[in-house]
Order: sequence, then structure tokens, then C-alpha cells
Amino acid sequence: MKTGLPVIFAVVLGLGGSTVGFVLAPAVQLGGVKQTTVLNSTDLYPPQRIGDATLGLQVYRANGCAACHTEQVRQEGVACDVVLTSAGKNPQAVSNLLATLTMTHLTKEAADTVADQLTAAGGKVETHIVPVGVDLDRGWGVRHSVAEDYVYDYPVQLGNLRAGPDLANIGVRSPDSNWHLLHLYAPASAVSNSKMPSFKYLFNLQKVGASPSPDALSLPSGFAAPAGYEVVPTTEARQLVAYLLSLRANQPVYDAPFTPPAKP
Amino acid sequence: MTANETIHPTAPATEIDASCKLPLLALLVGASIWLVIGSVLAMIAAIKFHAPDFLGACPLLTYGRVAAAANDALVYGFCLPASLAVIIWVFARLSQTVYALPLVPVVAAHIWHLGVFVGIASILLGNSTGFAWLEFPRGGSILILVAFVLIAIPTAATFGFRRDRTLYPSHWFLLAALLWFPWSYASANIFLVSMPVRGVAQGVIDLWFGNNLLFVWFSLVGLGVAFYFLPKLTGRPLYSYFYAQYVFWTLVLFGTWCGIPAGSPFPAWIPTLSNFAGYLLIVPVLGVLIITVKTLAGAPVTSSSDPTVAYFIAGLIAFIISGITLHLVAHNDQLARITEFTWFGQAQTQLQIFGFLAMILFGALYYILPRVLGFDFIFPKVTRAHFWFNLLGSVALVIPLAIAGYEQGSHAYNLDAALPALRVSSMGLLLILIGNLLFAGNVLAMFLSWKITLVKSIFSAVTSPLKAVEVKS
Repeated sequence: MKTGLPVIFAVVLGLGGSTVGFVLAPAVQLGGVKQTTVLNSTDLYPPQRIGDATLGLQVYRANGCAACHTEQVRQEGVACDVVLTSAGKNPQAVSNLLATLTMTHLTKEAADTVADQLTAAGGKVETHIVPVGVDLDRGWGVRHSVAEDYVYDYPVQLGNLRAGPDLANIGVRSPDSNWHLLHLYAPASAVSNSKMPSFKYLFNLQKVGASPSPDALSLPSGFAAPAGYEVVPTTEARQLVAYLLSLRANQPVYDAPFTPPAKP
Repeated sequence: MTANETIHPTAPATEIDASCKLPLLALLVGASIWLVIGSVLAMIAAIKFHAPDFLGACPLLTYGRVAAAANDALVYGFCLPASLAVIIWVFARLSQTVYALPLVPVVAAHIWHLGVFVGIASILLGNSTGFAWLEFPRGGSILILVAFVLIAIPTAATFGFRRDRTLYPSHWFLLAALLWFPWSYASANIFLVSMPVRGVAQGVIDLWFGNNLLFVWFSLVGLGVAFYFLPKLTGRPLYSYFYAQYVFWTLVLFGTWCGIPAGSPFPAWIPTLSNFAGYLLIVPVLGVLIITVKTLAGAPVTSSSDPTVAYFIAGLIAFIISGITLHLVAHNDQLARITEFTWFGQAQTQLQIFGFLAMILFGALYYILPRVLGFDFIFPKVTRAHFWFNLLGSVALVIPLAIAGYEQGSHAYNLDAALPALRVSSMGLLLILIGNLLFAGNVLAMFLSWKITLVKSIFSAVTSPLKAVEVKS
């Protein structure tokens, strides 16, 4: 490499190559990603966001929430659970058999064997696909995140540090908007020992007028506003909560199949 | 003096150094101020894990904004302009010629620092783009891109005017760095901000840019500068040209594909390819290890030799540790799973910034600045104290962060498991902050004393009695 030419060549080959690979190719492959259908259903996933939730993503971005929260769930694999739906005509035989069998977290082959044995004994069984992984054990989601989860996000807030919990399906875990408002105003009032900073600046502390505001937070003692004052969430706080509630990555899709719990 | 420098310089070294004076001062005065601002913001962010509501009433200083602003002030405010300053000087010296068009970088430096100011202010006001390492909104990012190109052009011209046509290894690394930043920064900004792609492809591009800035660009600059200074300071030739070539190619070919973790919500080929590249990263890292050891072996490194050698050795060791960790995480699924989404990643970032690049830049600047300005530091003893503050600070910051990450990952992301180590890491940050204050104080004192001399000389020229020259006929 006596002249500048090989250096230019190296840059074009190495750096240009990775630009094609990790910028252009994903843009082409994923740039056109659309809603997908939920497995064994005609429903489309993800549902379009409502306006407040879309604006709430901008509040999430502006306050750098992604510094401490991820929106992506990992999964180490899938397992099969065999579920007995009916004992059939010979419940005693099935029951005897059940005592000897492991029914959960099986490989596909083991699950088939168990299912065959139970069917032979006269029982009716279903094999459920169950995603497994640390995140899922912790309750942060029901399956790993897939490209479709982010169709309506700009900017996509994947995050890379979990100082707080993952939020990919926080809307399913904590569906109560009042809980979220309380938690944003005084994190420790909702989660003991929380290290999340308070977002008090998204709330107005105002004098109680002729009649108390219907939107005022009902704060637990110890966090309550001074006498004669009430805490009212701003529009931004409401939008942020609407966004959090819209994070509901809980549908089985082609890339991340699982058997959803039976609807009652 | 290496062979490169002793081949009858066409312009004397003092003249070359003097030609770099104004661009270097313009870049470094701003850079040292951003270094202090960045470390103070990082300290504020760290304190928030001890007391979550510290300065919490002010939306400008909420954790998410301060943390991003701290990172960007350190990287875009200090690391990049300081790197450019060192590149300007190294290119002029290697070319054995005076720097071409020195006033262009002076103007560009001001545009750069204005861009960083706009960017940091925007982040604190809540106008960040929301993409890691690309937080600056359009106003800031266009300014720094223009400024970078304005600095790269005369620097490349100086390279073109080189007297000795043969390239030295530092040339490759630094030339690639000059090309790579505008390329990657522009591509990422076009696809994420100007004409944003839809959906999760944004995540891939953001991760790609982050790795290319913090690992590839930092490595190109750090290694390029270290391969210039190490032989110069130890008086031994670089071992060897071929190892350096090997490192350059493998770094450029493998390093640029790293940084996308397995299991990310992207098509499987992307993390798989990235992981494979991370696995191969051991090749350039071992190359750097061999170069460092073999170049230093037999060199009389004593306390009486130039103290700046220590900066380069410490920086190269940090690079090797950083590269090996990247390789291990790519290689070992178990480790990757435990360390992902934890402070471990922050430890890697801090190691790249403080342990590796800043360390090498400090060493280079302590060597360059007295020569360029023509007088020694105002507080010369402080330069050695800074080394210890930065070294011990980096160790006390990075190792506890890595432990915190490991603990957090082993306990299902329970923050309580990470907190004790996290608290120790704040002490490391405090040491780094003190060191940075020493550096900034030294640079600013030097700048002021240069300015005072300048003003005095202008003043004396203005006030000196005019000798009457009359035509007597």
C-alpha cells in the first residue's frame, strides 16, 4: 500500500460493503414491512395507533425514555406443552398415565410421544407452542419481538439498556392509565424502591378551584399534594400514557408463533 | 525521530508546526470546554442512580436527556474535533510540508462547535431525533457534517502535497477515518432523519452507525495516531509494516459489520452476519497486540523518558481489551445473553471513549501543543497527574460498570443487583472529571497566554513611536 489508491479501495470495499449490507439491504427488505395477520385468524397486527398514542411516542423520544427502557423481547426458543382437554371414556387410565408423564416444556418429539400415549389411553389432547426465555419468565412479553411490532414507530425506540423493565407489552401488563399517571408522577408510590426519576414536570400542581378537577390524581398518603392543591396531568402526560398503553406485543405472528391462551 | 521524519524535511518542523497553530487552537479550545461539559453532564446522569430526583424538577435535566447529551458532548464535542486536530498535525508532519489552507479549518472549527452547541441544546430541550449517537436534529447534524468536510479537504490536500510519496501506516488509518465519518454519518442521517425508512430497519441502521462510530472510527483514529507516536517516542521502528496492513484490512473488513446483537427483532441473517464478523474481530485485535508488544520490546521505557508514551500504551491496552470483549460476546452465547441490555454495554462504550481514544488523544496533544505554540504548558506537572486521573478513573469506571452489567444480567435485569457496583463506577467518573478539568485548564491557560502575547505584540506595534521618515532634498 504505497499509494492512496489501495486505501480508497479498502474503504469502498469494507465500509461501502457494510453500508450496502446493513443500511441499503435492511432498508429494502424491511422498509416495506406492513401489517401482518395474526396466526389462525384474519385480524391484522399491529393495529393502527390512535392519535394520542402517536404523539405520545414523541414525548417518549423527547424525554429519552429509551435510555433506560428497551422495547424488544428476547426468546431462547420454543417448547411444547401438552394439554389434556378431555379425559375421554377411560379417565382412570388417563389419570394413571398423567402421574407418570411430564407435560410441559417438552421438545416437539417428546410432546408427540406424550400426546400419542394419552390419545391411545382415550384422552383428548392439544399441543401448545410455548416460547421460553428469561424475558418471558420475567413476564416481559409472551413472545420475542418481530419486525412487524414497529411498523408504526418513528423513531423506533429499541433501546439498549434495561435500567428499568422492557416495555414491549407494557400495555398488556399494566392496562390501567391511572396507574401509569401515578407512576410517572411519583414512581415510588406505584413501585416500591423504584429508581425511576419522577416526571413531575409533566403534571400541573394547581390550586383546587370551586370544584376539584375530575382529572386530578388521587395520590396515596406520603405523596399527596399540599392541602388546597391538586395534581393534574398535562396533555403530554396523557399522550405518553396513551403511547405506553398502545405497546401490546401479544399476538402470535408467522415469525413468532405460539398458542394463545384460550378465550373464555 | 523515525525514518519518516528524518528524510530531509522540505519544510522545517517548526514551520510545519506553526502552520497548524490556528486550526488546532480553534478545534481544541472548544473541544476542551465540551470535554468538561460532557463529563459534568455524565456525572449528573450518574448521580441520578443514587438519588433519582436529583435536579429532577427541571425537564432539561431529566435522566434520558442528560445521558444522551453527555455522550454526544464527549463524542461530538471532544473526541471528533480533538481527533481532527491531531490528524491535521500528523498529516502535515508526515507530508513534511506546511498545512494547506489553515484558515479553512479555523472557520470549520467554529461551525463544528456551533453545530455541537445546537445539537446539545436541542437534546436538552427535548428535540433529539431519538436515535442513539445520532441525536442531533437536522440543524446540528448538517453543521457538523459541513465542518467535517471542510476540515477533511485541506487535510487531504496536505496529504496530496506530501514530499515522500510512500505511505506510512498512519496514513491509511487516518485517511480512511477522514472518508468514513462523512460517509457513515450522512448515510445514517439520510435514512433515519431526512428520508426515514419505515419500521425496524431504523434500528439496524442506528446500531450499524453506533458501531461504526464508536468502534471502527475510534479505532481508525486511535490506532493511526498510536502507530505514528509509538515509534517516534520510543525510538524504535513500527513492528511491522505488514502487521499494520493486516490490522487495517481486517479492521475495515470485519469491524464494520459488528454491533448487531443476536436475537434482535431483525431478519436472522443480519445478527448472524454481525456475530460472525465479531468472531473474526480477534484477528485485528491480535495484530494490534503483536504490534504493541514487538514495537515496545527493548525500548527503554523509564520514568525519565517522554511521559506521553504511557498514554499510548494505556490506550492500546484499552483497545485490545475492548476488541477481545467484542469478540467474546460474539463468540459466547451465554455471555452475550447475560450482558445484553445491561451496563456491560455502557462499560464497553466508556472504555472506547475514555480508556482508548481520549487516552491516545491526550497523549498526542500533550506532545503536539507545546511544539505548535512554541512554549511549554503553563502547568507542565499537571500533564502527568492527568494521566493517572484518567487511567485510574477509566479502570474504576469501566470495571465496576462491567461487573454491574454482569450482576444485572445474572439476576434477570434486577437493578438492585447492579447498584453497588454502579455506585463504585461513579467514583471512577469523578476521577475522570478531575483529570478532564486539569486538561481543559492547561489547554485554556495556554490559549490565554498565547492570546495575551498576541495582543501585547499588536499593542506594542500600534503604540510604538513611529520613526519619522522624511524625504530631504
